[in-house]
Amino acid sequence: MLEIKDIYKTFNAGTINEKTALKGLSLTLEDGDFVTVIGGNGAGKSTMLNAIAGVWPVDHGQILIDGVDVTKLSEHKRAKFLGRVFQDPMTGTAATMGIAENLALAKRRGKMRNPFITGIKNSEKAEYKELLATLGLGLEDRLTAKVGLLSGGQRQALTLLMATLQKPKLLLLDEHTAALDPKTAAKVLETTDEIVNRDKLTTIMITHNMKDAIVHGNRLIMMMDGNIILDIKGEEKKKLTVEDLLHKFEIASGEEFTSDKAILG
Amino acid sequence: MDISVLINALPGALAQGLIWGIMAIGVYITFRVMDIADLTVDGTMCTGGAVCIMMMLSGQNVVVSMIVATLVGMVVGMVTGLFHTWMGIPAILAGILTQLGLYGVNLKIMGKSNQALNVDKYDLLVSLRYVRNIEWYKNTILIVAVFIVIIVALLYMFFGTEYGSALRATGCNPNMARAQGINTNFNKVIALMLSNGLVALSGALIAQYQGFADVNMGRGAIVIGLAAVIIGEAVFGKIFKNFALKLLSVAIGSVIYYFVIQVVLWIGVDTDLLKLFQALVVAVFLAVPYWKKTIFNHSAKKVVKANDTVEKEA
Repeated sequence: MLEIKDIYKTFNAGTINEKTALKGLSLTLEDGDFVTVIGGNGAGKSTMLNAIAGVWPVDHGQILIDGVDVTKLSEHKRAKFLGRVFQDPMTGTAATMGIAENLALAKRRGKMRNPFITGIKNSEKAEYKELLATLGLGLEDRLTAKVGLLSGGQRQALTLLMATLQKPKLLLLDEHTAALDPKTAAKVLETTDEIVNRDKLTTIMITHNMKDAIVHGNRLIMMMDGNIILDIKGEEKKKLTVEDLLHKFEIASGEEFTSDKAILG
Repeated sequence: MDISVLINALPGALAQGLIWGIMAIGVYITFRVMDIADLTVDGTMCTGGAVCIMMMLSGQNVVVSMIVATLVGMVVGMVTGLFHTWMGIPAILAGILTQLGLYGVNLKIMGKSNQALNVDKYDLLVSLRYVRNIEWYKNTILIVAVFIVIIVALLYMFFGTEYGSALRATGCNPNMARAQGINTNFNKVIALMLSNGLVALSGALIAQYQGFADVNMGRGAIVIGLAAVIIGEAVFGKIFKNFALKLLSVAIGSVIYYFVIQVVLWIGVDTDLLKLFQALVVAVFLAVPYWKKTIFNHSAKKVVKANDTVEKEA
């Protein structure tokens, strides 16, 4: 479904702030894979997702989604393959527009937007109402409410719905629960699992939480210094514990895992 | 200070306010909907007037002249849009560059700095002579009011369409828009074209109204546009939530602005200082939302602190 071949990305090349964020990263995902990604700050996790989404061009390498070479496609053109949820709840939705309007925008992802056809058909509203009801947040009765009035958790749940309204080839979740309180984060993760399982979505989920990374998905990768240092899948992934992971990390990286947040989280 | 002088001046102020209201609606599209401060309008205003006057002088029909003026305005908007999106120039600077270039273009269109049109010899749509003592259907105030109603209706329908929604999303949150497959750069260019088309149309009407086009006629237009937007929001913001009514409130804001200017002139304020007065008023009004926010945040912090202590005690 996704093939990343040997990609490199350097920011601020030639300056004192030069930072090589991806160093020859390669990754292949099978159809229906749900991969969790962990790694310290600056390991290149978000950079990898941004490279796939086409936020900027990569310096070297190739990215294929479902066999289509998207390496040279701009961000908005790649959007038709991708569903994205961001760390900041503000990023994924248009605050001054209504809930239904946001959903209607997502419904037309990757399609021609007609300047003569109304933005939301009446028939869509019933569909959105039903979908919103599945979130269990009471949003189904607030179709015209401005998204700016919603809480962070509600916005993330809505963004998740928008990202998957049109089945994406690949769902990219960039620490989408990191900005939420623990209870809301758990609820959003639960919804994520439901949607991913229901639609059998190929998914990449970045998280700072080792336990979440172990519990969710069928594959786990750990990144360091712009590359993948651990790739655990299948039966091995199912039996994985936090202790195992720490042990494996020490062997793979040759150093001790020091982030308290990752251990305790 | 004779009150009848002021009252006599009011119909003219109403007509002018409405014509500038069309420009203000254009400013609203860029400034509020797209979140771009587009300074092109100072130049576009004159371009619209110049094209309209020159075409009429060469014997063209008034309607054709105004349509061409609008189209030229859209091309001007496209230039600013491409400066911004294709060449990566910040929007404000892109507008300033186009505006500066337009000064030369406007002079070339007119051949000199000022071109007059005799109202008796040409069949004008609007004129300061057509404000009073004329058949009702030829009255400038009515004609411009009809223009505004049609423009507001069309814009309302347009921004409600699939593509119009994408335009609004582009202005509201470009990151989200791109993630939903919306070409934000293309949309910014389209919005700038739409906006500058309206500004040029307004310029064409003003040139007819005053009977001439002048290379300086657009100076400070953006400030008047912003003033109209801000006054409209300040007066009607609480009651007008619908997009069409918001656009209408901008046009009314422009009329209020011209009434205030009339009063200021009637009181006898030095006209040399008028622009200074305009600039200061707009500066203060632009500052109000910022001040509100900073003061509000201040009190919000206090609330959070109060909660913290409660939690600790618990």
